[in-house]
Amino acid sequence: MRFIFKTDYNQDVKLAKHGGHVFWYSLLGLFLLTAPWVVPEYWLAQLTFVLIYAVVGLGLMLLAGFTGLFSLGHAAFLGVGAYTQAVMVNAGVPFPLALVCAGLFSAIAGVIVGLPALRVKGIYLGMATLAFGFIVEEGMARWESVTGGNAGLMVGYPAIGSWTLDSTESFYFLCLVVAVGATLAIVNLLRSSTGRAFVAIRDSEISAQSMGIHLARYKTLSFALSAALAGVGGALYAHKIQFLSPEQFSIIQSIDLLLMVVIGGLGSIHGAFLGAIFLIVMPQLIALGKDFLPAAIGGAAGLQGTVYGMVLIAFVLFEPMGLYGRWLKVRTWFQLFPFYRRGLFKRQKSFQKSDRLK
Amino acid sequence: MQLLQLLISGVAQGCIYGLIALGFVLIYKATETVSFAQGDLMMVGAFSGLAAMSLLGFPFWIAVPSAIVAMGVFGAFLERLVIRPILGQPAFSIVMLTIGVGYVLRGLITMIPDVGTDTHTMPMPYAGEVLRLGGLVIAAEQMVVIGATAILCLGLFAMFKYSKLGIAMQAASQNQLAAYYMGIPVKQINGLVWGLAASVAAVAGLLLAPITFVHANMGFIGLKAFPAAVVGGFGSLPGAIVGGLVIGIVESFSGFYLPEGFKDIAPYIVVLLMLVLKPNGLFGEQLRKKV
Repeated sequence: MRFIFKTDYNQDVKLAKHGGHVFWYSLLGLFLLTAPWVVPEYWLAQLTFVLIYAVVGLGLMLLAGFTGLFSLGHAAFLGVGAYTQAVMVNAGVPFPLALVCAGLFSAIAGVIVGLPALRVKGIYLGMATLAFGFIVEEGMARWESVTGGNAGLMVGYPAIGSWTLDSTESFYFLCLVVAVGATLAIVNLLRSSTGRAFVAIRDSEISAQSMGIHLARYKTLSFALSAALAGVGGALYAHKIQFLSPEQFSIIQSIDLLLMVVIGGLGSIHGAFLGAIFLIVMPQLIALGKDFLPAAIGGAAGLQGTVYGMVLIAFVLFEPMGLYGRWLKVRTWFQLFPFYRRGLFKRQKSFQKSDRLK
Repeated sequence: MQLLQLLISGVAQGCIYGLIALGFVLIYKATETVSFAQGDLMMVGAFSGLAAMSLLGFPFWIAVPSAIVAMGVFGAFLERLVIRPILGQPAFSIVMLTIGVGYVLRGLITMIPDVGTDTHTMPMPYAGEVLRLGGLVIAAEQMVVIGATAILCLGLFAMFKYSKLGIAMQAASQNQLAAYYMGIPVKQINGLVWGLAASVAAVAGLLLAPITFVHANMGFIGLKAFPAAVVGGFGSLPGAIVGGLVIGIVESFSGFYLPEGFKDIAPYIVVLLMLVLKPNGLFGEQLRKKV
């Protein structure tokens, strides 16, 4: 068991609460820094995807996990960022400037979607974001002079000054820097009064309002920040995949992103990363598992969807806090050994009440 | 005349959206969650009708009711298996769960060898017949859709309005605890609702089958039924039909008068406008909670 003795007020402010944090996160950092030399190139590319999706996941986590607003059209923000980046880089705008613009444009889109969000909630908000997602997808397909329409759009390598990041390794480091920066930004945001306001809105709008939190402002802000992160993620995605077409940003992608944060664990920063790992590793695992299944099942087209669905159902039923929740339980078991009780993480059941009365 | 023809094709298409939206509204009204599996249940319903006809060799008039009943039982079973264990969790869990159920259903149907990946035609006795009124052309399939939607809507409306069961369903959705206190068996009611919703989905699937054919991805039309449900007000049965009609008509007119591409997004533009202007929908109830 670990006891933290507080001898200094600054201890409360520190990001790493104890030696264990310092040790394990240093180890993780060391691994990520040396990964290009340790990990085979294929897996390095997958790791890059994990980092990109984690950035997007952080954004969605901020919105869904910490502000309690569920977006069914997050792929649209991803798409806005990706296309902004692609068009600007192809036009010769330097990479950092294009990245900022990608985030900015997505944030503007987020504010536009946030506007109806001020009046509606729950499932209606889901519908509004869903509708927005469809409109943006169709817009990307039809605005052919800019986006190339359904024929797609090629994206060049990112370049900072005269330095072109055209190798897997250099692009990996770029993604790593962005992902670490985004994580630190979100972690610090959540410790600030803004982040606390988000969480208050998630837990109860009425009580947040009566504590003097301006609902409209904070909800719009949450949408804007979330969309900006999705846009930055989209910009990196555009460079990684190097070919954009509208169907990459369809409702399927939106649901995948939602699946990512739910399976990762709603309401935790770790969840965004764990969810991203899940989203990237799962298809590989399915591909590996196919060889062990009879051909009639292993070769069928619907296998991936079925497995995804079953995993999602299993998580909602048995582990609503996602992968992070499972880790939390394992950690607590070790921390409290041998005093772990089975009911320690028992879910509080509540009787459902109407949302229509607000 | 062209205007009228556009209107009629819009109405027919709108009735399909309304029919699927009925399933959403039914579940929303009775359990206050949204089922994203509704479109996929519809697909399974159409496939079960197909199986009853081609595999079991049932004649049309036995195959259709048996498919509907089978789907009802399946819906109740689904509720018992996955929905009931998380009763009492936040509504969003159930939404995610239904997305998962939709994935699994679609995946499983696709995985059936030689059947899942093909497009099938359902042999309907009225297929291909056409009614001519002056210069207007109305396909029999569309007439059947319109008629069946109207009957189904009236039936469900009457049930929610006048029957004890319907009122119990509404009570259970508004406040589960109070409903328990009043002696309403909330769990059984929930099972019944999901069974009923699956039956409605099967009806929609069977009616849709001659128009769009039967294939594993036909459930995606459910995504267009969401706007219908929102425009009508999510908790209102007549609203679902009216919303469906609005969406259908807007779609058919924008397909004709506006540039290409607007047809597919017109429903969503309508929905966004609706949410900004009148978030409760055309027929939504105006309820206020007193603190």
